[in-house]
Amino acid sequence: MTTGLAATPIADARRQRRRASSARWQDALFLHTTRSFAALVLVLLLSIIAALGYAAWPALAKFGAGFFVTNVWNPVTSEFGALAPIYGTLVTSAIALAIGVPVSFGIALFLTEMCPPVLKRPLGTAVELLAAIPSIIYGMWGLFVFAPFFADHVQPVLARTLGNNALIGPLFQGAPTGLGVLTAGIILAIMVIPFIASVMRDVFEIVPLVLKESAYGLGCTTWEVVRNVVLPYTRIGVVGGIMLGLGRALGETMAVTFVIGNAYRIRASLFEPGNSIASALANEFNEAADPVHRGSLIALGLVLFVLTLIVLAASRVLIARLARGEGART
Amino acid sequence: MITINRLLAAIATLTIAAGAHAVDITGAGATFPYPIYAKWAEGYKAKTGQGMNYQSIGSGGGIAQIKAKTVDFGASDMPLKPEELRSAGLMQFPAIVGGVVPIMNLDGIAAGALKLTGPVLADIYLGKIRKWNDKAIADLNAGLKLPDVPIAVVRRSDGSGTTFVWTDYLSKVSSEWKTKVGSSTAVSWPEGVGGKGNEGVAAYVQRIKGSIGYVEYAYAKRNNMTYASVQNRDGQFVLADDATFQAAAANADWKNAPGFYQILTDQPGRNAWPITSASFILMHVRQDKPPNALEVLKFFDWSFRNGQKLATDLDYVPLPESVTKLIADAWTKEIKDAAGKPVWNPSP
Repeated sequence: MTTGLAATPIADARRQRRRASSARWQDALFLHTTRSFAALVLVLLLSIIAALGYAAWPALAKFGAGFFVTNVWNPVTSEFGALAPIYGTLVTSAIALAIGVPVSFGIALFLTEMCPPVLKRPLGTAVELLAAIPSIIYGMWGLFVFAPFFADHVQPVLARTLGNNALIGPLFQGAPTGLGVLTAGIILAIMVIPFIASVMRDVFEIVPLVLKESAYGLGCTTWEVVRNVVLPYTRIGVVGGIMLGLGRALGETMAVTFVIGNAYRIRASLFEPGNSIASALANEFNEAADPVHRGSLIALGLVLFVLTLIVLAASRVLIARLARGEGART
Repeated sequence: MITINRLLAAIATLTIAAGAHAVDITGAGATFPYPIYAKWAEGYKAKTGQGMNYQSIGSGGGIAQIKAKTVDFGASDMPLKPEELRSAGLMQFPAIVGGVVPIMNLDGIAAGALKLTGPVLADIYLGKIRKWNDKAIADLNAGLKLPDVPIAVVRRSDGSGTTFVWTDYLSKVSSEWKTKVGSSTAVSWPEGVGGKGNEGVAAYVQRIKGSIGYVEYAYAKRNNMTYASVQNRDGQFVLADDATFQAAAANADWKNAPGFYQILTDQPGRNAWPITSASFILMHVRQDKPPNALEVLKFFDWSFRNGQKLATDLDYVPLPESVTKLIADAWTKEIKDAAGKPVWNPSP
């Protein structure tokens, strides 16, 4: 009994010490493991940049900064310039956002504010399912189903109406083949909508009910509630969702390759074939044996990498600025 | 006791025999001949137990892989020039012949009815002939009623041996094409939309009224596409089929082509299809692994002798025997082991 009493505190202290030391040891292990995982990301990123730069060097050394602003792509004479694919990438992504953002906004708004509860789940799931469709399916659908429909029923109408407009007319002229920059932009819009819409829906849903009900209580219409309560509350999330969509649109490969027409050309009309960075890579990488050709393609990859980086950075800046604005107002 | 020993000996010989055939030979490269190489590999494995693993990663990839020695042989639709072969320590030989055909989407014109010439095709692809009822086309097709429809040019967007053959042909028949565009697996196209792969070009052509494109013959045939007859070097209008490919391959002067550098476009012969091509195999002349090289050569030797039927079934054209003889001679002459002994011994 006595021995038991005397032994207990000592044993306890010993156990505690042991536990403390093992806890320290575990903490350290945990710290180092997680830190090395995090460092892995950085190392990976830096090595990808380094590898891209190294492999792109034959092209960059030959063409210099002119590579980014010349519009020539001739594998026979080994002359390359990235302007046409850069232009195509930016224009298709811009079209995708111009169509995708309002539509996604509408979807998210309907789902969170006005949708009857019975429809809410099936509609929400449908949006998420759209996001899960592989891009090659969008490409094939675009080529075999959408492009013919677009050529027969939409392009002639666009050419007849918008095509005669003095200001934006040149954008909608030319042969209605169903292929080209506009088709690619629309397919991209369909692809980014589920991403943007589901992010928007999620952020709209976190707006405290009290705020919305108070606004409704004051006699606001749904639009006024959205405009003055929901949007200011969720701005950051909305911007994040749009950037996510933009990131996807910039890098999309297969779907664009199928419908963009793959011509290294910069034309005013959106009906004309163009090219994007990702589809140029997908098309030519296999057969690019010449180091300058291969280097040029990798340099294109580098450009895409930088573009994505700029988008990410821009969204960070925008979000930071919005957050500061919020702080100033309250 | 004796039986057990015998059994062990038998097992040992079996293992050794199996060991000799255990390693599959590997090849990589051109996509165009992939179906026939795969078929041959299947037939060869059933016969000999020796496997052959071919990855159709594209001609450019095939050239890179054989140079890096990661495969036993490379395959390319575009032959390497003799000096390129020399500097890389490679030899090449043709393995199979196929053809490229112009396909079109024109209402009221039956398959094979339209006649075209090389220069007209070049002018269409240069954007100089823009309507189907252009005088240059109408003059060739006196009996046909050609529609007043703009020509939509379709071509490959991906780098491809098919494009190489097509542009090589246009370069041979049009000096303007040669200087302005040239020939390669991918070129700077003055006109048109690009489809990915044969299926992409075919889909565009089927889609766009008044379009013209080019695909591998086997692809056009299996999909019942409307194709044109083309005037060959002897002035005859011929349709693409096995016989006209064979004629082009037979008339080619392989004997005087160093390193088998021979592109079968625009070959002489009354019956020769002008846009025919061979697909090539690349191997190192100095072999680090002579047994592997021997297996590769045995495989192609077997395929040349026994694979003709398989080839014609897939709408390829096997090489004539006169050519395969030359190839076997080149194997003996060029492919050596480290000691300088020929790997291929024709009289085993």
